[in-house]
Amino acid sequence: MNVAVVTFPGSNCDQDCHRSVELAGGEPRYVWHRQRSLGGAEAVIVPGGFAHGDYLRPGAIARFSPIMDAVVAFAREGGLVAGICNGFQVLCEAGLLPGALLRNRSLRFQSHDCRMRVERTGTAFTREYREGQVVRMPLSHADGNYYAGSGTLAELEGEGRVVFRYSDARGGVTPEANPNGSLNHIAGIVNRRGNVLGMMPHPDRAVEEALGSADGLPLFESLVRAGAGSREAACADAGATAGASAAAQAAR
Amino acid sequence: MSRFTVEVLVTPRPGLLDPQGKAVHSALASLGYEDVKDVRVGKAIYLEVAAASAAEATERVEEACRKLLANPVTEDYRVTAEGSR
Repeated sequence: MNVAVVTFPGSNCDQDCHRSVELAGGEPRYVWHRQRSLGGAEAVIVPGGFAHGDYLRPGAIARFSPIMDAVVAFAREGGLVAGICNGFQVLCEAGLLPGALLRNRSLRFQSHDCRMRVERTGTAFTREYREGQVVRMPLSHADGNYYAGSGTLAELEGEGRVVFRYSDARGGVTPEANPNGSLNHIAGIVNRRGNVLGMMPHPDRAVEEALGSADGLPLFESLVRAGAGSREAACADAGATAGASAAAQAAR
Repeated sequence: MSRFTVEVLVTPRPGLLDPQGKAVHSALASLGYEDVKDVRVGKAIYLEVAAASAAEATERVEEACRKLLANPVTEDYRVTAEGSR
């Protein structure tokens, strides 16, 4: 599973994502933002950081980096794309995910562990989690306050596209458990087809116990296995049915 | 071709929570400005644009607003082109 990790000037979690993919059994590769091709990647990660200094708005300038045309085309063809933290902001700006990330309600840069409830396990990014599982990982952002218009929000909820929701340790969605003011406690969403994920917390900083939590590793394992599954399906005629059901599942 | 100074005012959309505006509002209230009933914080962007007319400069910058300068999900913008020099 060949995973492209996009590096912008100002990215600072590209190495974390690279290592996370390795630990999950995939083959990561850095792709510099000025490149125009993903070079045959089977999945793409847009990592955290401060791409282009977050000038204007986080992600606003990064979405026009040369590599983004390839990332958008890859996503439109159904390729798996995960945006973490600043990567989530980039994917929203690029129009691959709905909504926007506003300044935190506290106006502060929040940097601490958070807990989230896994709301959807049927996606290519969350298969290795249990539904309702509470996971712990760090968050680190000034602009993580998820906002979408009421119509979009209703769609996200109605179509089960909220993948992670901020919660307390028991999975309770309480006001105190919402670190940034996100509407409906949204921490991560997928697009309608299910092949593009955006999330503010950092699974890439929680992939081994030495980091304080390994709760992020299943996300990368899900991604790597989903990619391997689709490749096998594409290689064999007999796999066509499996591929179709995987695609149907991804499209949910 | 003349040059126009084009001002772009980008403001949070009405109804959208504006944490910066809220913080400034409460700071003003604590200074005794109870008569200030609401505060919205946006940003101003100034561009020097070569164009044949103010209308053309405005049109170009409005296009730039839709593509880059404002986020249509969360922000409104107002474009004003000022005098040629």
